[in-house]
Amino acid sequence: MRTAIVDHPLDPTALLAEVASTASGASTLFVGTVREVNAGRAVEGIDYSAYGPMAGKELETIAQEAVDRFGTTHVVVEHRVGTLRLGEASIVIAVSHARRAAAMDAMRYVIEETKKRVPIWKREHYADGTREWVDPSAASVAV
Amino acid sequence: MALTVLLFASWADALGPSIALDLPAETTAGAVLDAAFAAAAGRALPKPLVAVNHVYAKPGTPVRSGDEVALIPPVAGG
Repeated sequence: MRTAIVDHPLDPTALLAEVASTASGASTLFVGTVREVNAGRAVEGIDYSAYGPMAGKELETIAQEAVDRFGTTHVVVEHRVGTLRLGEASIVIAVSHARRAAAMDAMRYVIEETKKRVPIWKREHYADGTREWVDPSAASVAV
Repeated sequence: MALTVLLFASWADALGPSIALDLPAETTAGAVLDAAFAAAAGRALPKPLVAVNHVYAKPGTPVRSGDEVALIPPVAGG
């Protein structure tokens, strides 16, 4: 298991290789990327910022929970901070497990808990020149 | 006691990276939040959680001199 908050581009293939094991029958890879539209507004980029010490600790806690719940130690997570352009990866989660269902469940657990708990924020840059912090708890957020 | 509270995202944009609050010697995370909203003086800011020493706190969690206290606005990682 390994987690990190980094300020450089992510390499999903490297994380997939990191969880590889001959004991595993399934590997799952989640790559979260910067999307061009959010809530109907054209997005040109996103600034990600973190409360570094707490974000690192919380991400590690979540990965450890996945290890404990799903029974694999092959969990690697990297979250990027800084200014990202469209299509760039903000988070990569790689899991491998003896069985495919647990590999998929563990991967999903890590991304869902990360979105709820890790103190990281994003400020979207819109095509009209404005910038706003994203608040997923706001009622007006579209799916 | 004088307590420095770390701020992030919209709170940091409005008030800077931290604020100094004057609080009773025995206080709680909930009281810190109330004092922070008072310092924000009516600005429209999202309700944050309070973290004490890098752990999410409940309103009744004690806050003591020397603790690292931060306001955590709604997170948006991933």
